[in-house]
Amino acid sequence: MQAFIIRNILQRLLLLFIVSILAHSIIHLAPGEPSEVDPSNPRMKPEDIARIRAAFHLDDPLYLQYAYWMRDLFTGELKSFKDSQPVLPKIWRKFLNSLPLFICATLLIWTFAFPAGIHAAVRRGAVYDRSSTFVAYMLISIPGFFLSYLMILWVVDTFGVPVIGMRTFGMENAQPLFQTMDRVWHLVIPSLMSAALGVAVLSRYVRSQMLEVISQDYVRTARGKGLEEDTVIYRHALRNALLPFVTMFGFLLPGLIGGSVIFEQIFAWPGLGRLGYHAILERDFPVILTLNFIAAVLTLAGTLLSDILYAVVDPRVRTRLEGEE
Amino acid sequence: MTHSNEVNQVAEELPLGETPWQETLRIFKKDRLAVVGSIVLVFLVLTAVFGKALTEWVVVFDPEVIRLPDKFKPPLSFPSEDIVPPEDLPSVGIYLLGTDELGRDVFARMLQGSFVSLAVGFIAVGISVFIGILLGGLSGFYGNVKLGIITVDTLIMRFTDVMLCFPTFFLILTVVALLGQSILNIMVVIGLTSWMGTARFVRAEFLALRKQDFVVAATSLGLPERRIIFRHMVPNAIAPVLVSATIGVATAILTESALSFLGFGVQPPDATWGNILADGKGFIFDAPWLFFIPGIAILVVVLAFNLVGEGLREAMNPKLRRR
Repeated sequence: MQAFIIRNILQRLLLLFIVSILAHSIIHLAPGEPSEVDPSNPRMKPEDIARIRAAFHLDDPLYLQYAYWMRDLFTGELKSFKDSQPVLPKIWRKFLNSLPLFICATLLIWTFAFPAGIHAAVRRGAVYDRSSTFVAYMLISIPGFFLSYLMILWVVDTFGVPVIGMRTFGMENAQPLFQTMDRVWHLVIPSLMSAALGVAVLSRYVRSQMLEVISQDYVRTARGKGLEEDTVIYRHALRNALLPFVTMFGFLLPGLIGGSVIFEQIFAWPGLGRLGYHAILERDFPVILTLNFIAAVLTLAGTLLSDILYAVVDPRVRTRLEGEE
Repeated sequence: MTHSNEVNQVAEELPLGETPWQETLRIFKKDRLAVVGSIVLVFLVLTAVFGKALTEWVVVFDPEVIRLPDKFKPPLSFPSEDIVPPEDLPSVGIYLLGTDELGRDVFARMLQGSFVSLAVGFIAVGISVFIGILLGGLSGFYGNVKLGIITVDTLIMRFTDVMLCFPTFFLILTVVALLGQSILNIMVVIGLTSWMGTARFVRAEFLALRKQDFVVAATSLGLPERRIIFRHMVPNAIAPVLVSATIGVATAILTESALSFLGFGVQPPDATWGNILADGKGFIFDAPWLFFIPGIAILVVVLAFNLVGEGLREAMNPKLRRR
């Protein structure tokens, strides 16, 4: 088991290295440079541009730029092109803003998707199954921002739920309790909207996984020996159907960065996705590259976690691994 | 039920002499949602072709005429014939879906956009399917060939893993922003970032197929590899590719509209449903039709693609068939 984990970590470190090189090359080889963001500004003289380029090492060969990036990243010296603020603290602050949104959305997804999916599988072909299937496809097919705008139109007038930002402006001096309530209130709609697609997709997975398991022989055996239907479904079928989902915890992590751009933009949520979006607009290479790097680390960590979890929960996988060693 | 009855029933359900494609079609037809979806898609393709023809070749609906006196006309309203110059009047005499902030005919723009949106979807998916089959096939068939110290399989699959590490939407956004938002770039970038799933299951199918008797037989008959791959293996591995391609078109249309929302979609004068929707969001109170018409159109079309894709998946999955 240990050898398996160590081998996996080493493989993933190698992958990470290749990913970082690839990301670095894509960004630097593509046309469009930080010095070109504001070409019409008459105060930007050629010598200024040359100075900026030298300061950002933009005239050095690519491998040197890569080395500089890596060195600065790991010594924590990496500075944003835009405002010369250190990149890592900047990302950390935005990460703390994204985190509550991510956690709420994930909790919503997992609490709604499982009952919906299991119920649909148990009643395959019934009215509930067909209508929930249809609703799930509607949610998958609607552009996220279209749905969010419809939601905003509806809830703001009807319930007065806030839909902009993380807190009400001017509440800084309020009591902590009210501040907390305000923060929670602001979370409602953004997390609901970012969860909508996830609920639809995951409940479909749960349904098909349950269907797969229900048709297995051991479920028929359980029924055959006269167990109650609830025991059959929840003790025999569900436990085995859950296996792949344990591993899906691992795949959730990267959603922190990639999945949030649109929703953070709609709800003016000052999180990682918006940071990335603005970094792209400003050609802020260190921020873009570091975000990309962190996303890759999260993906790799996630797949590692899911591999390990799989081995932990599924004895068949564990024996196979031990057989290999 | 006695045993013989059961046999008879099965025999009735499975007509003899049915080819696999006929069987797929028969099961597909049972799924009402998928059938409705495929009717919508046929209608959509016709709309796109006629849209292209009527907005560019024989200009019946001109999407580019600007009529400032007639801006923000609601759907089914008549042009102000006394102010708008006669050559700019819509040739059907009515704004079927209203006009936008520049007085352009929304119906004409939607027609033009249907072709562009579909083209973005199909070409992006075409690229991703091509790369996916190529790399997946190479990896599955010539996986054991050594290139120096590593095998072809290791090389290709590790590259796939590398691509899977990128946050896809963020990568698309970055590349499109840096390269410029031409329609070609958007199609190519979406295609280049979405082939990994296809490659993985084509490889899995190929690995499984190589051990099947008919491939072993074909190999021992001495057929050329080209023939084994393209005549015997690809047709058997194509079913899941077809399913994921159908759903891929839907995803590509959604991705384009998300890019448009962020201002990185297909740029004017090319109209797509995504950028009509993204432009319309600014007029959601003054001219709601600019927002709802493209939004609902995208919803219906993407829904149709997804339902057809799922219908195909059910129909082509032998495990689910005889339940």
